[in-house]
Amino acid sequence: MSVNDTINAIDEQSLFEIAQYDAEEAERGGYSDYSYWRSTLRVFMKNKIAVLALLVMVVLLTFTVIQPYLPNQKDPNFIHIDQSTGRQLRNVQPNEEFRFGTNSIGQDLWARIWRGTRTSMLLALFVATIRVIVGITVGALWGYVRKLDRFMTEVYNVLANVPTTIVYTLFAYILRPSLRTMIIAMTVLGWLPMSRFIRNQVVIIRDREYNLASRCLGTPTSRIITRNVLPYLVSVIMLQFALAIPLVIAGEVFLSYIGLGLPLYMPSLGNLVNEGRQLMMIRTLRYQLIYPSTILSIITISFYIMGNAFSDAADPRTHV
Amino acid sequence: MGVPVENVPIKQQPTRRKAKGGLLAYSLKRAGQSVITILIVITVVFLLMRLLPIEGYFGDDYDRLDQFQREAILRSMGLLDPWYTQLKNFYVNLFQGDLGTSIIYRPRVPVAEIIIPKIPISVKFGLTAIGISLTLGMSMGVLAAREKGKLFDSVVQGYIVFINAVPAVVYLLFIQLYATQYFKLPILFNARNPRSWYLPAICLALSGIASYAMWIRRFMVDELNKDYIKLARAKGMSNTAVMIKHVLRNAFVPMAQTLPTTLLYTVAGSLYIESLYSIPGMGGLLIDAISRQDNPLVQALVLMFSSIGVIGLFAGDILMALVDPRIKLESRGGAR
Repeated sequence: MSVNDTINAIDEQSLFEIAQYDAEEAERGGYSDYSYWRSTLRVFMKNKIAVLALLVMVVLLTFTVIQPYLPNQKDPNFIHIDQSTGRQLRNVQPNEEFRFGTNSIGQDLWARIWRGTRTSMLLALFVATIRVIVGITVGALWGYVRKLDRFMTEVYNVLANVPTTIVYTLFAYILRPSLRTMIIAMTVLGWLPMSRFIRNQVVIIRDREYNLASRCLGTPTSRIITRNVLPYLVSVIMLQFALAIPLVIAGEVFLSYIGLGLPLYMPSLGNLVNEGRQLMMIRTLRYQLIYPSTILSIITISFYIMGNAFSDAADPRTHV
Repeated sequence: MGVPVENVPIKQQPTRRKAKGGLLAYSLKRAGQSVITILIVITVVFLLMRLLPIEGYFGDDYDRLDQFQREAILRSMGLLDPWYTQLKNFYVNLFQGDLGTSIIYRPRVPVAEIIIPKIPISVKFGLTAIGISLTLGMSMGVLAAREKGKLFDSVVQGYIVFINAVPAVVYLLFIQLYATQYFKLPILFNARNPRSWYLPAICLALSGIASYAMWIRRFMVDELNKDYIKLARAKGMSNTAVMIKHVLRNAFVPMAQTLPTTLLYTVAGSLYIESLYSIPGMGGLLIDAISRQDNPLVQALVLMFSSIGVIGLFAGDILMALVDPRIKLESRGGAR
């Protein structure tokens, strides 16, 4: 039988029919024990520094959460008074009773730092979640719906030109300082970089050859999205989420620095750094800047390293 | 410093369609769009400023004034008119080139007179910092890529992580605290003492160094395995020549796009550094102006900053097209 006969034998019509997705056929051709999450985990575990960062982070966060329930913890807002003299225990150097010393009005710095870490992490989590959700929704629409692209790009160009400083400051002044104000100030335009990023990713992935091929073979859109597009975006989203946390903490420090931070009865890392800054020129009181800054840096650095390592690991191209 | 370099490669999606009238037509169209963008931004900020509480306009005098005096002051500032009248007056004055006079920061002094003397100081620091960060950042990136996996590379990587992860003010505070002590440098800026210039200029360069080093390193590591580099090597080009003529030139293209924005924002001053070292530059002016509700001053600064943003983007696109002959700017089909 010649080649020509073979070709003729194939019904011409069948060449132009959509091959429906068939789970069994797919298994037969491309079976492997590849699992996306297992590979991600394996690649991540190879990165020693990232594993260390993850460990540090888990320990630190666990401690932050359980700290108030441990024995012998003090109230972060309680002003300690010397029983014999009746005076406040101001600026007590770190000792057995006050592990990180006391601040300029006699509050326990150890308790304030952990309460502050909780506040800052809570703020960071809220802001990062809102940024990610709004960013992905807007970004996905912006990328998928071609008609929206022109309009959204113009809107983006206008909004992205409003300096962050102005947004933060204006909102902090219009609404009085509180946790809610901070969340609003940091999310009102904070989703912009995220949405542009997602939009660019969607535009790039949408028209990749393998997606075109999938579409030609009649793969349902839902399957394209869950199998072809999302694994790419998962790494991006995780990275953005992990990186949003150092960014939000930096934003909080900035607002505290310019005097628009949270009220002082609500300790936060930004507040504490700022209080420490005011005393830093007195050599013996520098511990009030050094302790909160160290905790803050450990948190932001471990999130940063972890986020980057995870996004590398979650990128399917590194799974060989 | 400014726009993160890492986002750039995705941003530029040059279309290769035929030019519709050259660079000039493109520039005119872009300029028109830019003006509209700036107008919208300042209008939005103008309206937001009107939402601020009235007490802010009196500063410490609020309690000393009675109802009628307050009203008289507000009326004289034009703040009792309906918002659209205020907006109209603002634009009429703006198009006559009048930015208005400061009302609280330095009462009755024209806004331009407040801003202009501050420009040279911020510009000097900004340019020095950009110079330092470009030279140091690029050479660090190149060396790290060459020494990939060795000690120097790890040090550079550690530096990049540190600068990117830790909030700027935290490390700036420690630098000010210990570097001044260790090197016996003055802790505050003094225009007549050149030694007081070192630290602020270096501090201003730190984040730029990190972002350039990161970009160059990553780009070189990706690029060195490509075919055209192998070909250049096979032709017998020296390593240095390959680096300079091929790799660095390609790596510079996305950098060229963000360079003007970074430059303009750096030159416009850094809030932290100028306030930590008491440098009388433009960095802290905006926040001062907003916190004292000095509307005309805020308005002028917002105009300046949004123009800087728009001009920076525009100049970046032009510069990128000049550096990379493959890129055509005209008719980019909306998607930036």
